[in-house]
Amino acid sequence: MTTTNTSTSKIADKPAGDGMRFYGVWLIGIAALIVLPMVFSSGGSLTSFSLIGIAIVFALSYNILLGQTGLLSFGHAVHYGLGGFAACHMMNAVVSHGWPIPLPFIPLFGGLGGLVFAIIIGWVMTKRAGTVFAMISLGIGELVASSSLILRSVFGGESGITTDRTALPKMFGWSFGPQLQVYYLIAFWLVLSAIAMYALTRTPLGRISNAVRDNPERVQFIGYDPHVVRYLAFCFAGFFAGVAGGLAAINFEIANSAYLGAIQSGLVLFSTFIGGTAYFFGPILGAILVTYLQLGLTSVTSVWQLYFGIIFIGIVMFSPGGIAGLVMMHRPLVRAGTLWTVIPSYLVAVVPTVALACGVILTIETIARYSGGDVINLFGIGFRPTSPVTWVAAAVLVIGGAFVARLTWRRIADAWDRAATVARDRGYLA
Amino acid sequence: MLELIVISTLNGVLFGMLLFLLSSGLTVIFSMMGVLNFAHASFYMLGAFFGFQLTKWSGFWPALVLAPLLVGAIGMAVERYGLRNTHKHGHVAELLLTFGLAFAIEEIVSMIWGKSPVDYRVPTLLDFPAFTVFSTNYPAYKIFMLAVSVVIFVALLIVLKRTRVGLIVQAALTHPHMVGHLGHNVGRVFMVVFGVGSALAGLAGVIAGPALVTQSDMAAALGPILFVVIVFGGLGSLPGAFIASLVIGLVQTFAVALNGSLASAFGPLDPSAGPSVLTDVWNVTIAQVAPIVPYLLLVIILIVRPMGLMGTRES
Repeated sequence: MTTTNTSTSKIADKPAGDGMRFYGVWLIGIAALIVLPMVFSSGGSLTSFSLIGIAIVFALSYNILLGQTGLLSFGHAVHYGLGGFAACHMMNAVVSHGWPIPLPFIPLFGGLGGLVFAIIIGWVMTKRAGTVFAMISLGIGELVASSSLILRSVFGGESGITTDRTALPKMFGWSFGPQLQVYYLIAFWLVLSAIAMYALTRTPLGRISNAVRDNPERVQFIGYDPHVVRYLAFCFAGFFAGVAGGLAAINFEIANSAYLGAIQSGLVLFSTFIGGTAYFFGPILGAILVTYLQLGLTSVTSVWQLYFGIIFIGIVMFSPGGIAGLVMMHRPLVRAGTLWTVIPSYLVAVVPTVALACGVILTIETIARYSGGDVINLFGIGFRPTSPVTWVAAAVLVIGGAFVARLTWRRIADAWDRAATVARDRGYLA
Repeated sequence: MLELIVISTLNGVLFGMLLFLLSSGLTVIFSMMGVLNFAHASFYMLGAFFGFQLTKWSGFWPALVLAPLLVGAIGMAVERYGLRNTHKHGHVAELLLTFGLAFAIEEIVSMIWGKSPVDYRVPTLLDFPAFTVFSTNYPAYKIFMLAVSVVIFVALLIVLKRTRVGLIVQAALTHPHMVGHLGHNVGRVFMVVFGVGSALAGLAGVIAGPALVTQSDMAAALGPILFVVIVFGGLGSLPGAFIASLVIGLVQTFAVALNGSLASAFGPLDPSAGPSVLTDVWNVTIAQVAPIVPYLLLVIILIVRPMGLMGTRES
């Protein structure tokens, strides 16, 4: 894992102009959230925005563990799922007892659901970090996911637990029946949680978490117990994952065992890592991309998960900083004014890289549809999976594309080195 | 009752040996390179599917040799072109690489062979009852599986403990630079060990495929249990992995075979109590609990002895 500072670590001691820019970014984000449904008002896009909002909260909560504290969890969906169940039970209880709790407060109970489990199990889990923690989190995740099918009265077995969000007391006259109102509810909690989680990174706890990630022994020498720090971070992550689960329960009006499972845990890991763990906005980018791909690809191809896997492997191998890392790499070049020297080599590389990607896609789709026999439509050109022409095209694109792309990537590396050297000379790159 | 005990013990030892075959490769790779190979169970699945496909083309016995070799070759390629490049980014990146790989392999397998179980049969040569215990026929194939597992286990121990190759491997484990200075190609040693570990997993897949179900989610079902085995046994400890494999194999097999519940032991709860967690726990049978038993063991061992059964250090 790269151990870069968070992007924002210098903001505190910068002059007022930077502070303006910092608040400006947040205000623009909030404004965008308010305006979005007015621009894209179709039912489909509202649903997508809601899902993306939930995914962002979930991914940010995951990054408290992975990016902030260096804990790689394979069972984060447990908190998400338990939060979802807690929210569902709470909603049903509110309806049946007639408590005066309106819907917007329900995610809080989801958060408590995730938090309670984190408090109970976290102390044992966070005893050890690194690989051991990863395995234990996997085991605990499986434990909870399998138990959820046994404890039917709480988890509702395979069918899950349903609820009705509109039956709760109204707030500002909103029934939360229409998706638009649910979207605004999710957006509200998204902003709240994002600010809270960002604030968490600025607290002494957030800072000492980073220290625990980078050098636990040294943290111990200065008098903090890394175990306690990891435990606290784990609890916070559990709480916000629970909030995300509660939002999902409100959105779908159901919670079932799929919320808790390994697939959900894998997805949040993918989102966070693909987006980039070293920057606060990384998981946000990742969650948007992954959810969007998930929604977009499912209608196009039956093997969309394979594309995820490939993208993920590519990111791990070539850009461990994720997309955010790639973007932020360019910042010193922009400041030093040397970015323009790199761009031509990028443009040259685009063609063979796209060809390579098309070849891989064509290969995968050919294999996937070999027995089915659907025609593959790539940029308006139809390929029949059984015809040899398709195989030759795929082979040429993959092999030729890979060969040429490697050459152009080398050119990018050279151009990059030159630009970075200049930037270093001008004092913009450490 | 005695019948149940004998059969379950046999099956439990069998499952345990199979787990050991998998966890031994995982343990050797882990203690060698510090990499927890998430894709290990995927190599096992690849072994089963390659075995199935090769059996269709050339019969079972060539498949028994070829499929593990193929899987081993894939493993070596993964080490050479994937892990070695990722190493500079640290162990978490390596772990994530194998995680992504496991994900991709599962998707590729289900893309090629479909999501439903394939018809991978026991070879006719071994398709007869070996012996009869209490009117139950015990299939010869299971004895064969057991024999292969034991042979591999013994061979692995001898190679690691008694030969020059094992000496170099063990030295490269703790002192890679020293071994490098002595003129051994440490990178190649790592690659070969990774390949052998993957081939072992592939072999386990080929022989387990006909007895268990061969389908695209078999890796996802077994993977977490493997991690439980090596955490339970103590990370990096081969004897620990052996004991843990047997314990988990036996416990799980017995749990599946037993049908008791608290309700059957103490009588049903008052029906007026209504459905609740208590009634769930009261009525659930041991067989239903079987899937979560390994994870319960994991939690217990973590509380009682965090380093695992035979582990020597805390982290």
